[in-house]
Amino acid sequence: MLLITCPYCGPRPEIEFAHGGEAHIARPQDPSSLGVEDWTEFLYMRANPKGVHAERWRHLHGCARFFNALRDTTTDQFVATYKTGEPRPDLTAVTA
Amino acid sequence: MSGSFRTGIGGRIRRERTVRFRFDGVTYAGVEGDTLASALLANGVHLMGRSFKYHRPRGVLGAGADEPNALVEVIRDAGRTVPNLRATQVELYNGLEARSQNRWPSLAFDVGAINNLMAPFIPAGFYYKTFMWPRKAWDALYEPVIRAAAGLGHAPTDPDPDSYLNRYAHCEVLVVGAGPTGLSAALTAARGGGRVMLVDEQCEPGGSLLSEPDVRIDGLSTRDWIARTVAELNANPRVTILSRATAFGYFAHNMIAVNERLSEHQADPVPGAPRERLWQIRAGEVVIAAGAHERPLVFPDNDRPGILLAGAARTYLNRYGVLPGRRVVIATGHDEAYRTAIDLSRAGVEVAVIADLRPRPTGPLVELARALGLPIRTGCAITGSKGGRRVTSARLSAILGAGKLGPPDEIACDAVLMSGGYTPSVHLFSQSRGKLRWDEALSAFLPDVSAERERSAGACRGVFSLEAALADGATAGAAAAGVAPPTPLRTTAVDAEPAGVIGAVPHDRGPGARAFVDWQNDVTSKDLKLAVREGFQSVEHVKRYTTNGMATDQGKTSNINALGVLADELKRPVEKIGLTTFRMPYTPVTFGVLAGMARGDLFDPVRTTPIHGWAVDQGAVFEDVSLWKRARYFPQGGEDMEAAVRRECVAVRNACGIFDASTLGKIEVVGRDAAEFMNRFYINAWTKLGIGRCRYGVLCREDGFVMDDGVVGRIAADRFHVTTTTGGAPRVLNMMEDYLQTEWPELDVWFTSTTEEWAVIALQGPKARDILAGLVEGIDLSQEALPHMALTEGQICGVPTRLFRVSFSGELGFEINVPASHGRRVWEAVWAAGQPHGLTAYGTETMHVLRAEKGFIIVGQETDGTATPDDVGLAWAVGKAKPDYVGKRSLARPSMSAPDRKQLVGLLTESPETVLQEGAQIVASLGLKAPMPVIGHVTSSYYSAVLGRSIALAMVSGGRAKMGETLYSPAGSGDVPVKVVGPVFYDPEGARLNV
Repeated sequence: MLLITCPYCGPRPEIEFAHGGEAHIARPQDPSSLGVEDWTEFLYMRANPKGVHAERWRHLHGCARFFNALRDTTTDQFVATYKTGEPRPDLTAVTA
Repeated sequence: MSGSFRTGIGGRIRRERTVRFRFDGVTYAGVEGDTLASALLANGVHLMGRSFKYHRPRGVLGAGADEPNALVEVIRDAGRTVPNLRATQVELYNGLEARSQNRWPSLAFDVGAINNLMAPFIPAGFYYKTFMWPRKAWDALYEPVIRAAAGLGHAPTDPDPDSYLNRYAHCEVLVVGAGPTGLSAALTAARGGGRVMLVDEQCEPGGSLLSEPDVRIDGLSTRDWIARTVAELNANPRVTILSRATAFGYFAHNMIAVNERLSEHQADPVPGAPRERLWQIRAGEVVIAAGAHERPLVFPDNDRPGILLAGAARTYLNRYGVLPGRRVVIATGHDEAYRTAIDLSRAGVEVAVIADLRPRPTGPLVELARALGLPIRTGCAITGSKGGRRVTSARLSAILGAGKLGPPDEIACDAVLMSGGYTPSVHLFSQSRGKLRWDEALSAFLPDVSAERERSAGACRGVFSLEAALADGATAGAAAAGVAPPTPLRTTAVDAEPAGVIGAVPHDRGPGARAFVDWQNDVTSKDLKLAVREGFQSVEHVKRYTTNGMATDQGKTSNINALGVLADELKRPVEKIGLTTFRMPYTPVTFGVLAGMARGDLFDPVRTTPIHGWAVDQGAVFEDVSLWKRARYFPQGGEDMEAAVRRECVAVRNACGIFDASTLGKIEVVGRDAAEFMNRFYINAWTKLGIGRCRYGVLCREDGFVMDDGVVGRIAADRFHVTTTTGGAPRVLNMMEDYLQTEWPELDVWFTSTTEEWAVIALQGPKARDILAGLVEGIDLSQEALPHMALTEGQICGVPTRLFRVSFSGELGFEINVPASHGRRVWEAVWAAGQPHGLTAYGTETMHVLRAEKGFIIVGQETDGTATPDDVGLAWAVGKAKPDYVGKRSLARPSMSAPDRKQLVGLLTESPETVLQEGAQIVASLGLKAPMPVIGHVTSSYYSAVLGRSIALAMVSGGRAKMGETLYSPAGSGDVPVKVVGPVFYDPEGARLNV
């Protein structure tokens, strides 16, 4: 069971959370103005990387808030968690 | 073999405390402190099981968790029969009843042993190759017979009567294994001041030290050193020691699963006391001190009873005071066996010979054996054995070099004790996804790169010497706790050379000889070589083809020898072949402890409404709807469901029905921007919905497909009472929060789940208003004041209510929302008031029929996640003037309005009595042969009592353009013709609603 650090509540077991798919995919301001390609890209296309993945989690059985996390999909280790609306942490800056 | 093999002194047993037990129906005596295996050996019983495939007689091989042969069933009663227990780990208690496995009719005479004679015809992959044809015979004949002949133990026949516990724990340092390394690690880690947990699978801490009576540590005997160490740990309130507790799984982020056995070892467990406890321990740091497993030698006939591991024999002698035999042959490629020889010799056992594979063994243990005058043959291979149910002689051959062996020599003996060296137990480390490296000098895989915050110490990372292991444990414990390591302890232990041998021992016995690599699965070196010859190269494939390393022991004794054989055959170094994946559990775990309290009523939460008890009293039949128990129908006087539903339907249409709608999901949407949120979220237009008015809301996902629906009432300018489907409330609330928190955080609105706050009593039928009239205060129920799709607040039976004028039946209807705590009282008041009017209680089945007669959809029944609002006839609900709502852009895609989309229609069979199957396919013409083009499917189908005929709803490709056409539903009895009609069968004008 993963140990996930909610940016509001601190480290909690995975059973308190719900996964919310890839992060930083903002809903377009005016969807109706988008062409088919752009809308398809927003709706269906996901990165699915091998390595560090920015993803949404919700602390469903805690503060109930959504937040974002960087998780390495090859090791299941979390690199960082951060609040919704904050930019994706720059890992090169973290490790430097 | 008769007589006692118990020594007069020594061991950690209490000779004065006799324990009586039964094995295969025979009563034996052991002593307190024995395991089942040690007690049987003390009685001269080596034969403890039959092998899996060939039914060969097998004795005990080891003394611990690695035991592949001596698997037994321990029986307390029909519900407390535990199969596949290792006799080496079954603690003896008075009255213990155990049974050997995999034999019929008896262990000594086993009919299945015919397989042994057939062995030349049962090579690796035999079953795969032979029982292929005909295909049908596999299910009916081959598999049942093979399973009956081959299985392990039997599962208990009765439900498990015992209870199991589940506990979470947190600690700064978890130490796995309480041998010398683990004790040393825990002691040091505890000085850091954090919480330390020490878990060990045995009945007492000490590990290998329990078999080392003569060594002194820090000037103390091992017994005293263990006692002093445990006392210091126990005195520390931050330290927890768990015995009989196996760390069987290493999960992500340092979550370790531990199975603690609480009462398995007791003769008379306290009734009702838990049997086992599952610990889920989240550790800051883990120290793995799991020790090592001794490797057998792979030589022909190496599986006779009486042939066991040398280290196990030493454990039986030193810990249990049991002699493995009276005249033993030691066959070895490793120094440790000399320790066994020396100890046995001192205990009065005749050591016939020490046959050492190595040409020039040296070192203090070898010298000590020489000094004692023990006969040693170096460069000597064991090439066979004789004996039936017990070994009677060993066959030895000198190794001459270049693959040549000298003439064989037969040495009489009653036990052969073998050792190929020790294999570090890297199971937990590998489960943690750590990477291993091959150490050529030790012929072992060792932990290399960690994936979690853990460190291995002692024998499990190749540090075998006692003094070095104690120091290694201390260092690991210190590093884990962030303290300085203490001064190393001195011991009197004599060290062994760490290197041993792997793979098969050379022999001259020809192709018929069988040298077992995996005892439990009856895999021989020949089987492995055959697999290679047949083209299997990957170790994972060889494992699956030969079954090497499978089943309860998970290859603890066999994996490395199998690799040695494969390396020889593939002419590749071992590290290029690699290991198979180590899987949890380390040793078998009962389903009981994994299930814990989650059994029976506690398996899944059960949700009941405030009116549930009333429905139970009325004899309602319930159905599960998500976690809810819902009354399905209320049978009267022996009615079946069909009769009850017809009666209930007619009553609603002609008088009035009462229905418990409390399970409907309810969400209160409140705030200055509540209307704006609703506008963006639901497909409908909300801003112009007046206060005190309701609207049927439809929710799409962003991909444009219907996700949920429900009536929404506007309580105030800034307050909506949203209802959802019974199962959909959590999804809808989650999606609302998602959009609010991540897309529209600027909106001032919040959501509260009110599903369980309100009891909802649906009153449906022409008499509904009359029934309600006497119960409400301050509410005008007239058509003018409270028309269809209106709501009002007031009092009913002295309780505040939100009264909705809504209908899911097509009749004049009200949904009375009252606080849940008053639900039953109000329900009973309405029930009483309705009796003069013929009020009838109805359940979900009638509700379904009534709404189908009106063509109302049920999300999840008519829709399947690929239906748009228009597909199910809800295009009217779309707020077309809105610039945006969830799903709008997707609904604008051309394919979403293609004319051949499946659309909701009604179907009428020719015969009014024929009720179509829900889910049945719809095709365009008669007499088609499968596979045929399917153009739709039936989503709802009922007999309508009020219409006197069957009705059905269906999703049919281009269905709305097919009105009046005849289509067909292929059924077992032939194609059923159906006429396409509109989906509203009853009162299509809605005249009955507006009264």
